[in-house]
Amino acid sequence: MSQKVLDALSAALPHAVDRTESTHGDEVAWIKRESLVQVATWLRDDAAMAFDAPVFCTCIDRLDWRPVKVHSMDPPPPKAWTEDQPRFEVCYQLRSIKHRHRIRLKIAVPEHDPRCPSLSELWSAFDWQERETFDMYGIRFDGHHDLRRIYLYEEFVGYPLRKDYPKEKRQPLVRRDDLPINPLARERGGH
Amino acid sequence: MADLKQLVLGRKDVQDFGDTEAEMPHDLMTVNMGPSHPAMHGTVRIVLTVDGERIVRSDVQPGYLHRCFEKEVEHATYTQAFPYTDRLNYVSPMINNCGWAMAVEKLMGMTGQLPKRAEYVRVIVSEMSRMTDHLTCIGASAMELGAFGPFLFFLKAREWFYELLEKVSGARLTHTYVRVGGVNKDLPDGFCGELAHLLDKTGPIIVEVETLILNNKIFRDRVAGIGKMTAETAIATGCGGPILRAAGVDYDVRKDFPYSIYPEVEFDVPVGTTGDCYDRYLVRLEELRQSIRILRQCIAQIPDGPVMIDDPRVALPPKRDTYNNIESMIRHFKHIVDGIKVPAGEAYTFVEGGNGELGFFIAADGTGRPYKAYVRSPSFVHLSTASALIHDHLIADVVPIFGMINMIGGECDK
Repeated sequence: MSQKVLDALSAALPHAVDRTESTHGDEVAWIKRESLVQVATWLRDDAAMAFDAPVFCTCIDRLDWRPVKVHSMDPPPPKAWTEDQPRFEVCYQLRSIKHRHRIRLKIAVPEHDPRCPSLSELWSAFDWQERETFDMYGIRFDGHHDLRRIYLYEEFVGYPLRKDYPKEKRQPLVRRDDLPINPLARERGGH
Repeated sequence: MADLKQLVLGRKDVQDFGDTEAEMPHDLMTVNMGPSHPAMHGTVRIVLTVDGERIVRSDVQPGYLHRCFEKEVEHATYTQAFPYTDRLNYVSPMINNCGWAMAVEKLMGMTGQLPKRAEYVRVIVSEMSRMTDHLTCIGASAMELGAFGPFLFFLKAREWFYELLEKVSGARLTHTYVRVGGVNKDLPDGFCGELAHLLDKTGPIIVEVETLILNNKIFRDRVAGIGKMTAETAIATGCGGPILRAAGVDYDVRKDFPYSIYPEVEFDVPVGTTGDCYDRYLVRLEELRQSIRILRQCIAQIPDGPVMIDDPRVALPPKRDTYNNIESMIRHFKHIVDGIKVPAGEAYTFVEGGNGELGFFIAADGTGRPYKAYVRSPSFVHLSTASALIHDHLIADVVPIFGMINMIGGECDK
C-alpha cells in the first residue's frame, strides 16, 4: 500500500535501514538503533513523507517465538528465536494524515542492553507510550524526559509483559519509603 | 464554621464576620484529585500544583484499573479474547469486538470475504454502540457541570439501546457478540422495526437536550474556550475521533481508511473550528445524528443471508452436526480447545471507536493463541494530552476537560 515510502526511505538513508518488508498491507522498516532519531526526524520533516501523526509504540518479546505451520501444506514458518538474536523488537507505528500513508519502524534491542532512543521529543504522543513500554517490557528509552512506570506502582519488581514473567505471579503492594511517590515532591527533595 | 452558622441563622451581622486577618497562601499548593473523584468519570489520579485556583503543573496518573489485558489475551485463544475486549471500553463494547475480529481476519486473509449480512450486522451494532458511547459522554459531562436534565434524558435513551443490544446478544453490557468470521447469531425477529422505532424516539431527545444546554449561558461559560487544542497539536499528540475533528481536522477512519460496508452508506464527518470543549461537545452531538443516518440506511439495505463465513477454519460446525457426526464433533472440540489457528505473521488493524482510533496489533505464531496482542486505546492517548490541556486553567475547568476527553478507565488502563 505504501511501498513507495519504504523505497524512498531506503534510497534516502540507506545506511540506517537494515531491511524492509510488507506484511498484510503494513509496511515495516527495520532501523538500526543508533539511526532511529535521524530516520524519524527525516520521516517527520520531509515534505513527501510528512509523518505527522504517531499511532503507537510497543515492543515484542521474542523469547518464546517458535512459530508453527497451521497446515502441513503451508510454506515453512518464520525462523524460531535463538539466543544469539536480539530478544526485543521495539515497534513504532507512524501515519501521515496529509498523505494517508503509514509505516512501522522496528528496532532490534538485545536483552543485555535494553535501550532504545526516545522519539518523545519528536512526537509528544510517544511520551506516555514509551513509558508504557518501559513499564511493561523494561525497555529504557534514552532521552525520555520522565521515564517512570505508568500503570504499575514504583515498588513493582519485574516487567509483566515479558514472556518470562509468569501470568499467575502476584505481587502485593509493599510500601517502600525510599521511593518517591509524588514526582513533584521528588524535585523538592522530599516525599 | 461556628461563625458561619451564626451568620446564616441571622444572629451575627455581616460586618462582624470580616476575616481581615486571614491571608491567601503565597506558596504553591499540591492538591490530589482522584483516583476516585465524584466529578470525574473513570479512576484516574491527578496531582495538581496550584497557584491559588490556577493550575501551574499537573501529573496525571492512570493505572488504577489495569488488568493487563494484553497478558490475559496472550494466554487465551483468539475467541476467548472477545470477553476481554468487551471490558476495554465498556460503554461501546461492540466496536471493540469488531476491531479484534477484524484484526484476526486480516491475519487470516479474510478481510472483505465475510457475508454481506454479517458486515451489515456489525456496522449496525457498532453504530448503536457509538451512540451509547456519545450519549453517555455528553450526558455525564453535562451532569458534572450541574445540568442534571440532559443526563437523565440521554441515559434513558442509552438504556433503550442497551435493551435492544441485550435482545441481540443476551447481555446488556458485555456483549461478546462478534466472532472471527462473522457474528455469533443472527439478529432477532423484528429487530429492524424496533431499531427504526428507537431511532424515531431518540431524534427528539437529542433536540431536547440541545435546547437545554446549547444556548445555556452557564453551560457555555463552562465549556467555551476551555481546553483548546490546535489542529497541529491534536495530530502530533496522536489524538483521534471527536477531539481531532473538533480541532478542525477532517479525519475519520470510516472515511479515510474505509472498512466493512462504510463505503456503502452515506454520512458526513462533522468538523469543529476552535478545538475547545464546546466544539467537542457539538461534534459528538452531530455524530449522534450521523449514526442515526447510518443506521437508517443499514435498516433499508441489509440483505438476507448467513451471518458467518463458510470457512471451517473459523466457523463452528452447525450444532446439529456436532451432536450427530464424529467429524463435526472433533472439529468443534478442536476449535474450542485449541482455538482458531492463525498463520504466523503480524498485523495492525484499526477502527473508528467511540473516542477515536481503536487499534489492535497482533503477532501470531501459528498456534491458537496470539503471541503478542496490543491494543492502541484512544483513551490512553487522549489522556496523555490532559496535562497540557488543563495547564493554566482553573481547578473547576478540569471537570469539563476530562469530561470531553471521555477517558474510559477500562480502555485507558487496559
